[in-house]
Amino acid sequence: MEFIRATHINFMGVRRIAYVLSLVLVAISLGSIFFRGLNYGVDFAGGTLLQFRFGREVTTEELRNVLGAFGLAKSVIQRFSPNEVVIRTTKLSQEDQSRLSALLKEQFGSAELLRIEDVGPAVGADLRRMGIIALLVAVGGILAYVAFRFEFRPAVTSILALAHDGLTVLGMISLLQREFTIPILAAILTILGYSINDSIVVMDRVRENLAGRKRSEELEEVVNRSINEVLSRTINTALTTALPVFSLFFLGGKMLQDFALAILAGLAVGTYSSIFVVSALWVDWEKRSPRRR
Amino acid sequence: MRRRLLPWRLLVVLGLIVLSVLVVFPVKGRIRLGLDLRGGSHILLECVDTPEAPVDEDAVRRVVEIIRNRIDQLGVAEPVIARQGERRVLVQLPGVTDPQRAVEVIGKTALLEFKDERGETVLTGAHLKNAQVQFDRLGRPVVAISFDSEGAKLFAQATTANVGRPLGIYLDGKLISNPVVQEPILGGEAQITGRFTLEEAQNLAILLRAGALPVKVEVIENRSVEPTLGRDSVNAGLRAAVIGIILVLAFMVLYYGSFGLLADLALVCFVLFFFALFIGLQATLTLPGIAGFVLTVGMAVDANVLIFERIKEEYRLGKTWRASIDAGFQKAFRTILDANITTLIAAVLLFSLGSGPIKGFGVTLSLGILCSMFTGVWVSRVFVDLFADRLKMRV
Repeated sequence: MEFIRATHINFMGVRRIAYVLSLVLVAISLGSIFFRGLNYGVDFAGGTLLQFRFGREVTTEELRNVLGAFGLAKSVIQRFSPNEVVIRTTKLSQEDQSRLSALLKEQFGSAELLRIEDVGPAVGADLRRMGIIALLVAVGGILAYVAFRFEFRPAVTSILALAHDGLTVLGMISLLQREFTIPILAAILTILGYSINDSIVVMDRVRENLAGRKRSEELEEVVNRSINEVLSRTINTALTTALPVFSLFFLGGKMLQDFALAILAGLAVGTYSSIFVVSALWVDWEKRSPRRR
Repeated sequence: MRRRLLPWRLLVVLGLIVLSVLVVFPVKGRIRLGLDLRGGSHILLECVDTPEAPVDEDAVRRVVEIIRNRIDQLGVAEPVIARQGERRVLVQLPGVTDPQRAVEVIGKTALLEFKDERGETVLTGAHLKNAQVQFDRLGRPVVAISFDSEGAKLFAQATTANVGRPLGIYLDGKLISNPVVQEPILGGEAQITGRFTLEEAQNLAILLRAGALPVKVEVIENRSVEPTLGRDSVNAGLRAAVIGIILVLAFMVLYYGSFGLLADLALVCFVLFFFALFIGLQATLTLPGIAGFVLTVGMAVDANVLIFERIKEEYRLGKTWRASIDAGFQKAFRTILDANITTLIAAVLLFSLGSGPIKGFGVTLSLGILCSMFTGVWVSRVFVDLFADRLKMRV
């Protein structure tokens, strides 16, 4: 079976459309991140998360009534199943946690406490700092590697693509108001690392083909030829990585679902950007101010 | 050269397979699970200053000691109690089914005081010798306490002075019982009847036996997972991993035919070597760690995709089959290295900066990347060389 064979797709011909699409994606993402904000989980925001399994089905309304009576009307309720819920509140003291459990037990027959995530403000601040450091060091490390590995211009366009990919995934998390937790941060770091991979595959081939380029061949043609040549590996590597992550998304349990979603989005946008952002921007740059080779 | 060495290379691969199988099987009990998968509590405590009891070095050391005592009495297997930094104490309790109770027992100051009618403290828990749960005549749980010799003396004085009047029993400033003294108690033994449930009485006895904490202690982080939820996570993760591996195996065979089968062989080696290394390094598997592993399964065959695509290209250029294979492996290697290094940067970071479960993600991702480079390039080369003449890839 062969899906992709000797394609001749004119990628560069539609790069203007791709620019618009990318700008819209990034604009929506930035807009969402700034205006809608990130829904920080207890890892970063601090607070208390309790997961209960009740003896019977409990509606969100019933639960909200009980929480309201407890002064926790504003807490976030997430349903895992008809009788399993996650309640996220501001930081509760030990006594309040015990009292809440007792109250829920009394109201709903049984309330088995399955999970506690309780993070105080000091620890939340530590984790935020750790997250920012991890992100900065990762970006720094990748920049250093790209600077060492690429020529200047492909390096710049690859970094732009990396920002594009990271922002789009972060924007999706914000737009869907998924919790921004440590695993999501890990997913984004992984995506940043992965985003560069595809750029390398494409730009390496461009460089290779540029060396043996015919005089008559336009820059766009060289890039198109390069992308088409590596298309099956670009798509197949993304696909083979995506397959197990799909499995994780559907079968891996609720707690890994958002992580899997972020990775899948990152794979999709990373593959797209390596084709339409990295090389296209490079082409326009080279055309505007050609460098002598 | 390469081909002359083929029997040796094959021997190395087979040797590694046998070794890995010996390390990995039987799987049960060999992989160390994190608290989020086996269930348990990860509790971070911080000693805080109060006007009455400022924190000093000695106080923190005693806090660690007393908490260790309390946990010993809770009967947790393999607890970790470690000081972190100046004022923090990390407590890890694997397999705890009732984390709320554990936190209550660990974090309470448990200062026991006896106060007379005027509110003056006549005796504290510092003079206790023992505390035990007993039942009164109505079958209600009570906590029987006995004092040391000095405590017995003080208690005798206090009860003598307060016959006919109440003597309040306070725990951390809260009145738990307010019995009226019927007659002087000279034997140094008493009972606290506080309308306890059995569990409350048991907790109180543990706290009193282990002693009061010298300073106030706050729970600043608590991550607890009920063991059954942990088991559910393991099962879900395992299912996702198995299906994920099957999907990748199927994709490679469908797309690359018999060469895909060789890549699949290398992937099976990857899974085997990965877990052998994981067990050998005594790493801890966490829930994000499972995610990291699943992710590397997909990345592991990336190397083969890059190599096979390159072989096809070289062959299309008119090279011989063998020359194409040589060139394919050689030329793809650079790309494979590049592709893995950037992801490895992110993975190693998470491994070194992260804590707890997320560290597990960094561990499996780094280990997976390193291991997959070996199986994807070197091991699969052995398989390809072994069968190259008999197999053909559709080009």
